[in-house]
Amino acid sequence: MTVTTGERAGAVHASGELLDTKRIGAFRHLTVVAPGVPERFRPGNFVAVSVGDSSFLARRSYWVHRVRPVGGYGATVQLVVDPNGVGGAWLASLPAGSRIEVTGPLGRPFALPKEPVSCLLVGEGYSAAPLFPLAERLRERGCAVTMVVAGADEAHLLSSLEARRSVRAVTVVTADGSVGQKGRVAGVIEEALARSQAEVVYAAGPHDTLHAVAAAAEAHGAWSQTAVEVPQPCATGLCHGCPVPVVGEDGVARVARACSDGPVLRGDRVRWGDLG
Amino acid sequence: MTVELAGLTLASPLLVASGCGGTGRELVPYLGEQGLAALGGFVTRSITLDARAGGPAPRLVETPSGLLHATGLPNPGIDLFLATELPWLARQDTRVVVSVAGRTIGEYAELARRLGRSPGLAAIEVNVDALETGSGEPFQAGSVVAAVKRDLPRGLPVLVKIRPDLVRVVETVRVVLEAGADAVVVGTAQPAALPDGRPAGLSGPAVRPLALRCVTEVCAAFPDAQVVGGGGIATAADARSFLAAGAVAVQVGAALLHDPTTAARLAADLTQETVR
Ligand SMILES: Cc1cc2nc3c(=O)[nH]c(=O)nc-3n(C[C@H](O)[C@H](O)[C@H](O)COP(=O)(O)OP(=O)(O)OC[C@H]3O[C@@H](n4cnc5c(N)ncnc54)[C@H](O)[C@@H]3O)c2cc1C
Ligand SMILES: Cc1cc2nc3c(=O)[nH]c(=O)nc-3n(C[C@H](O)[C@H](O)[C@H](O)COP(=O)(O)O)c2cc1C
Ligand code: FES
Repeated sequence: MTVTTGERAGAVHASGELLDTKRIGAFRHLTVVAPGVPERFRPGNFVAVSVGDSSFLARRSYWVHRVRPVGGYGATVQLVVDPNGVGGAWLASLPAGSRIEVTGPLGRPFALPKEPVSCLLVGEGYSAAPLFPLAERLRERGCAVTMVVAGADEAHLLSSLEARRSVRAVTVVTADGSVGQKGRVAGVIEEALARSQAEVVYAAGPHDTLHAVAAAAEAHGAWSQTAVEVPQPCATGLCHGCPVPVVGEDGVARVARACSDGPVLRGDRVRWGDLG
Repeated sequence: MTVELAGLTLASPLLVASGCGGTGRELVPYLGEQGLAALGGFVTRSITLDARAGGPAPRLVETPSGLLHATGLPNPGIDLFLATELPWLARQDTRVVVSVAGRTIGEYAELARRLGRSPGLAAIEVNVDALETGSGEPFQAGSVVAAVKRDLPRGLPVLVKIRPDLVRVVETVRVVLEAGADAVVVGTAQPAALPDGRPAGLSGPAVRPLALRCVTEVCAAFPDAQVVGGGGIATAADARSFLAAGAVAVQVGAALLHDPTTAARLAADLTQETVR
């Protein structure tokens, strides 16, 4: 079985419209009309958003959580926004009808297995967003999908209700034990791997979580695909400002651009110890 | 609107500034049907003799209306650049300007020798700021230019990129013109520091008035010189104020990181202006 790298799709820069915004737990779910973006989307892609106050020059990256047709608008993209920080708070405060500058879909998406193998999907906080469309795609290919959804508490957990339709089993973990098992991903990954017999593990979350998943996958002889989040000032591959230390196919240490060589990278290729 | 710069005919007065257009390929989705041919030229990120991995994260930090950058000039080194990047750029029907940076005068000379033998480039842009000793000194800049000119075949123009430092800009331009520069680019980033104290460049709209003042002074002091202006240009009106000050062409950098369609929009707008 082979899992290599996901192919990048062509991106567009669109003046989008915020169609709908609603609070779910600690996050805001935004539905955005951005012509050209949903059509090209693959799970693991993200979009870059410009902060409305143009004195903030860096772009803000958001995973595409869902692509959904909305009557009269064609396809839309849905984003999950953590309202911390300048850009997040601004996006979360926007009323429906606002215009947003959106570029996407960007980045290398998750690579899919060629055979219908067992897959484990591990997501923490808002970062679990891209795993939901991935689960659907994998199920369409006949893969058995198991999921671990983690968060600081119930409010920072993406709802697994919908996922239950496309996955075989969901393990919920919160740091404070407010729902599901109490603990962190690193504490449950071994068991999840052993139980699912997964041949491919997909992970999205903070670096320490990704590192733990990549290490566990390697120990089990599974492939891992990790969605790495580092600040991406331009998000389009222009500035070289998003370095991720990796090991190339030739075994040589290199520095990749997270936004364009990633953000999804093979877990065994990232030099986690050198990633800040 | 075509302009003449250092003996070259450019399709537009708008060039992509060094280090802000990736390898060129990343910009293509945002340029429309014409691709890079819509622009007056593409300046590569600064290329060094040996490969450079680039500096540690964070490499870019937001500051009001500006971006601080300390990228460490990540690039594959001249040999790999000539083998893997220049051939593609040369096929894009645009003016390819290769920016070079060295630690010593000898390195600049060696870069010039290698580039002088390579087909596909229209000009060299000398980034004198990278010199390890005395990079701010006019006489050092003059020595670099003289060394580069000595080792280049005749007919390959040399653009020299100068820091828009009002105290010495006129003196530096005088020295590099005497040393044989075919044109000067007034519009490097302003010397600044990251919050952690590391030396960095400051770019973006925050530096525009400083750069415009320097361009104005240089054009007044050397009415016959070919001057390319840059620094914080984000709109066609910004570009026009540099052209009105006497610049033959302009470079746009940080604005592309905020909105990758900026180059195409500005090029189209500036073309319309002269048709009218
Ligand atoms: C590929 C990718 C996908 C992401 N998906 C989501 C998502 O679906 N939902 C969500 O809420 N957030 C997501 N993020 C994180 C989000 O982009 C940053 O948290 C956001 O840029 C912070 O911006 P801010 O203005 O709210 O915060 P501030 O703290 O005000 O940001 C200041 C600066 O630091 C950068 N920055 C700070 N922390 C981060 C970080 N952890 N990652 C990236 N940049 C950072 C910002 O881009 C900005 O330039 C994603 C990041 C990446 C790289
Ligand atoms: C991320 C980044 C990387 C840059 N890299 C280079 C470089 O390699 N060589 C160079 O001469 N200038 C480099 N610059 C400077 C720009 O080319 C430009 O001169 C400067 O940023 C001012 O213009 P701007 O405000 O339009 O960006 C870089 C600027 C940025 C923001
Ligand atoms: S964020 Fe600019 S190259 Fe990745």
